[in-house]
Amino acid sequence: MRRIALWLVSTVAGLVLLFSYRPPATTVTAPSPPPAIVATAPAPTTSQGTTLDNGTFDGTLVQTTQGPVQVRITVANGRIVDVNAIVFPNDSVRHQQVSSYALPSLREAVLNAQSAEIDTVSGATDTSFGYLESLQAAIDAAHRA
Amino acid sequence: MTTIPRRAWTRQIMGMPISLHVRGAELSIEHQVEQVFASLCDADALFSTYREDSQLSRWERGELALADADPALAEVFELCEEARHRTGGYFDARSLPRVSGAGRHYDPSGLVKGWAVERAAGHLAELTAHSWCLNAGGDVLVRTADGHPAWRVGIEDPFDRARIARVFSVADGAVATSGTARRGAHIVNPHDGQPAMAVCSVTVIGPSPLWADVYATAAVARGEGAASWLSSINEYQGMIVKADGRPSWSGPARVVKQDPDSFFIGSSSAFG
Repeated sequence: MRRIALWLVSTVAGLVLLFSYRPPATTVTAPSPPPAIVATAPAPTTSQGTTLDNGTFDGTLVQTTQGPVQVRITVANGRIVDVNAIVFPNDSVRHQQVSSYALPSLREAVLNAQSAEIDTVSGATDTSFGYLESLQAAIDAAHRA
Repeated sequence: MTTIPRRAWTRQIMGMPISLHVRGAELSIEHQVEQVFASLCDADALFSTYREDSQLSRWERGELALADADPALAEVFELCEEARHRTGGYFDARSLPRVSGAGRHYDPSGLVKGWAVERAAGHLAELTAHSWCLNAGGDVLVRTADGHPAWRVGIEDPFDRARIARVFSVADGAVATSGTARRGAHIVNPHDGQPAMAVCSVTVIGPSPLWADVYATAAVARGEGAASWLSSINEYQGMIVKADGRPSWSGPARVVKQDPDSFFIGSSSAFG
């Protein structure tokens, strides 16, 4: 549980940094990701010998300059499989920011950080081009009879 | 948890890599595996747009009457019509650009892959003690036996195929991804004939590989309104990556089985 606690702290830190990021007042393009988010990508499950308990785990409620934030992670088979905010600022602009940008970024960072053990890959691969160097090919090779 | 033996078979069919992964204590299941691949080869012989001698090509040249063709042709044509209606015309097999050369023709390929996967997977139905994962060129169908872990399906980042954008833990169902990134813009908006550019890739998860693929393709063709349209479809949900690189969700997460390891990842319901 200690590692989860540490991880949640860094996740919340990421959100705090995000919230302190000020996007342009009016814009049609997406604000570019603040580098701080990338920097919060931890490697929570790389330490050997221990596994995460399955279930959902809530972080503590944190007051940020933009409002309260609370993060929940879901662990299955000893791995983090989802990251959500269960409390976040309820004004529509911040809500939108969290749901469309901050959480996907965090999820991606987490999943990449723990080098997710995937069983298969879904992608827009219509043809065989590129298959040989693809992740799917590597997975197939690892299990070929 | 003890590790369950797993074995993979791969084959090149319908111009794409097909892989079948099976978990189970007993993996001497060559007979069923061969039936799966044979079924896909048969689908290719019927519907290939690259093969002059496919039944579809012969039908299109007027050499084969629908009444004389394999009943699968009529079945697929009907499904294409249903797909056109279900997608508000954004999936339309009727006037797609030819694979080679100029002109337009009838091309049900966007539906045939999912149809073929669904049909082929029928040969695995008797393997109730096994879990399996059938991946046909990036479209995935999985089943999970009692006591087995769900399959972890990574969604390729459309901007960098070496990266996984998201991982879904799926026990039972289909994951289909359509997009414009891989070979340039190859999904056309049937309403204006222009390449669909607003959405980079769409991943749809739901019970049927046929409909997941159709909905994913239609969502890419639809572009801007894709998220709200997908959220209106029961039993299916999608991840949309727009051209600006931001993933978004068409709907809230939904538990598909009461098994704690078997669920779709999605936005918390708090995001509605």
